Amino acid sequence: MTDLYQSQRAMRNMRRAAMQRGVIAILDIGTSKIACLILRFDGPSAMGDDGVGPMAGQSSFRVIGAATTKSRGVRFGEISVMAETERAVRTAVQAAQKMANVRVDHVIACFSGAEPRSYGLAGEIELEDSVVTEQDVARALSACDVPDIGQGREVLHAQPVNFALDHRTGLGDPRGQIGNRLATDMHLLSIDGTVVQNILHCIQRCDLELAGLASSAYVSGISSLVEDEQELGAACIDMGGGSTGISVFIKKHMIYADSVRMGGDHVTSDISKGLMVPMAVAERIKTKHGGVHATGMDDREMIEVGGDSGDWEKDRRQISRTELIGIMRPRVEEILEEVRTRLDAAGFDHLPSQQIVLTGGASQIPGLDGLASRILGQRVRLGRPLRVQGLPQAATGSAFSSAVGLCLFAAHPQDEWWDFEIATERYPARSLKRVVKWFKDNW
Amino acid sequence: MQSLTARRPAPLRRDPAPSRWAYRMQRLWLTPVFRVLFRVGLPSFVLAATVGLVLADADRRDAISGGIAEIRDRFENRPEFMVALVSVEGASPELADAVRMRLGLKLPLSSFDIDLDAARNRIQELDAIAKADLAVRSGGVLQVTITERVPALLWRTEAGIEMLDETGHRVASLGSRADRPDLPLIAGEGADAATTEALQLLAAAEPILPRIRGLVRVGMRRWDVVLDRNQRILLPQDRPVAALERLIALNQANDLLGRDIFAVDLRTEHRPVLRLAPYALNQLRAAQGIDTSGSEL
Repeated sequence: MTDLYQSQRAMRNMRRAAMQRGVIAILDIGTSKIACLILRFDGPSAMGDDGVGPMAGQSSFRVIGAATTKSRGVRFGEISVMAETERAVRTAVQAAQKMANVRVDHVIACFSGAEPRSYGLAGEIELEDSVVTEQDVARALSACDVPDIGQGREVLHAQPVNFALDHRTGLGDPRGQIGNRLATDMHLLSIDGTVVQNILHCIQRCDLELAGLASSAYVSGISSLVEDEQELGAACIDMGGGSTGISVFIKKHMIYADSVRMGGDHVTSDISKGLMVPMAVAERIKTKHGGVHATGMDDREMIEVGGDSGDWEKDRRQISRTELIGIMRPRVEEILEEVRTRLDAAGFDHLPSQQIVLTGGASQIPGLDGLASRILGQRVRLGRPLRVQGLPQAATGSAFSSAVGLCLFAAHPQDEWWDFEIATERYPARSLKRVVKWFKDNW
Repeated sequence: MQSLTARRPAPLRRDPAPSRWAYRMQRLWLTPVFRVLFRVGLPSFVLAATVGLVLADADRRDAISGGIAEIRDRFENRPEFMVALVSVEGASPELADAVRMRLGLKLPLSSFDIDLDAARNRIQELDAIAKADLAVRSGGVLQVTITERVPALLWRTEAGIEMLDETGHRVASLGSRADRPDLPLIAGEGADAATTEALQLLAAAEPILPRIRGLVRVGMRRWDVVLDRNQRILLPQDRPVAALERLIALNQANDLLGRDIFAVDLRTEHRPVLRLAPYALNQLRAAQGIDTSGSEL
């Protein structure tokens, strides 16, 4: 864990360096597509006079290059064939660089797989003197008892969600306040370590440096939940190609994230198996004629399946749209049921507001919101990512919510555990840093 | 007839990914420093290297410079640039000859080879010339327009008589005074430096002009007016014109200069002093009853 802790710190420094250079790349490694956006940071002076403030930081940057490519070698949001994925990343990065006409060296990546698991941590300390200092916050964070996250797993996000000072809770920033006991709640997201190592390796092989890593469930929540939903409590369901990410937000903090290892590609493979057609044809049929609600009209709408076998009977097959829906619906239902189970397990029904936002490429199936509201509850809407400057029209769809969210994450990351000072007692006993720290504190 | 082999379209390239090297080259090309080096540095280096290599050989250098000089020569010696004639305007024939001699141009000559400024300076060294304008006119004519100096005074020195213009600059020498009886005469060391004052004095002395023989500069600071009958008017250093005007007024009232005096000394402003001739002095003393025992003074 300390290993990734150190590398997360290094990544933060890298991100700062990239911000200074003004150009950073965003890489969304998905199962069905790899998207690369190139952001240029102009600083806060680029604001127009339209009376809109800096908001979530999305006004401080501009997308100057965008490219997507079909993903290869990625399954369930994890890299399964390194060389193929590397080539796909190279394709996307090169096309985006060409569009931006600038070279990028730093990249912030997100991925959806690696079996994220959420843990709630609590830590509590007695304050040394009555005023809360940064050092106290650091001590409180390091006092959190870390659960056994399992062999070979790493911490991806560790965000302090809440601070409590004596009997007062819900503090955002306790520094400078007076009290005796500082308690903190932290949300920790652990993932499979080997997946992260693979991604690190893949990005290194593309001559890029990783300046940040995020869970795509988290970042698509940032971009597709509106502010009051994040504040009052909402869940973002990011239905991707190979996995469906779930993230629950309240008070602008993510408190739970999970992923279901099923997505749009499974629907496609069902169609492929059911109709005995290649995956590409199945994908085309799904996107062109897909749906989840069959009506009488759909019985009459015949779809040419086509084929290249040379057998006239096979190549001239036609199916009705109802049949197609009959294939798709059970799988979509299965995914949503699984999401429901996860949300129930997380205690989503205890939140004050139970808004559910569906986003991601697979959420574009017509009629999905109707089906989802039957399974997940009444308050379901389809979400699209926030608008950011310079994003091409083709990249504003819900399939790009995690890419856009990653832009916001790059511009304005939430404080994580490694952004705080290191608690003094965590330094090695004979460290020179400890001496320096002692001098800094006492002189 | 139908071909037995099916005509299939060329297989699609499934993988649009760039090769590792293509990817790296593109990134290298997008590096600003590299771009500048490649676009500016490399061409300028190649250019400098080529020029350097070509010019490294001395024979080649000479050939190039010789070629350039030859082209330049041929252009300058075209007939439309040749000057064949010098025309001198505004000068007497003798002066014109002197000017031509002074120019010393071996005509015909290309107008590029004539240094007009130097030629003008050479001409202006002639004393008789106040100002000279040189211009190359069409038709191969070098036109020299000359303004001559006008003599205003004669200056008698030990060497001879010089003519001076009103600024005191020498115009020419003169054989004898009789050649220019119309010009007034001045003498004395440094007289040419005060010609303006001399001319003012002569203008002021208009009423007694027929009697004036000339002006003498004394001690390079003041003037004496010499009249006939060896009379002298000694003028002060400061404001000599006013003093002379006062004397002329006195002369018109009392006919002072017609009397038997040697000199009128005006050097002290409030007290003009007369130096009487010996006879007049004796007469005066006799009238005053002073016996000078036969002395002349």
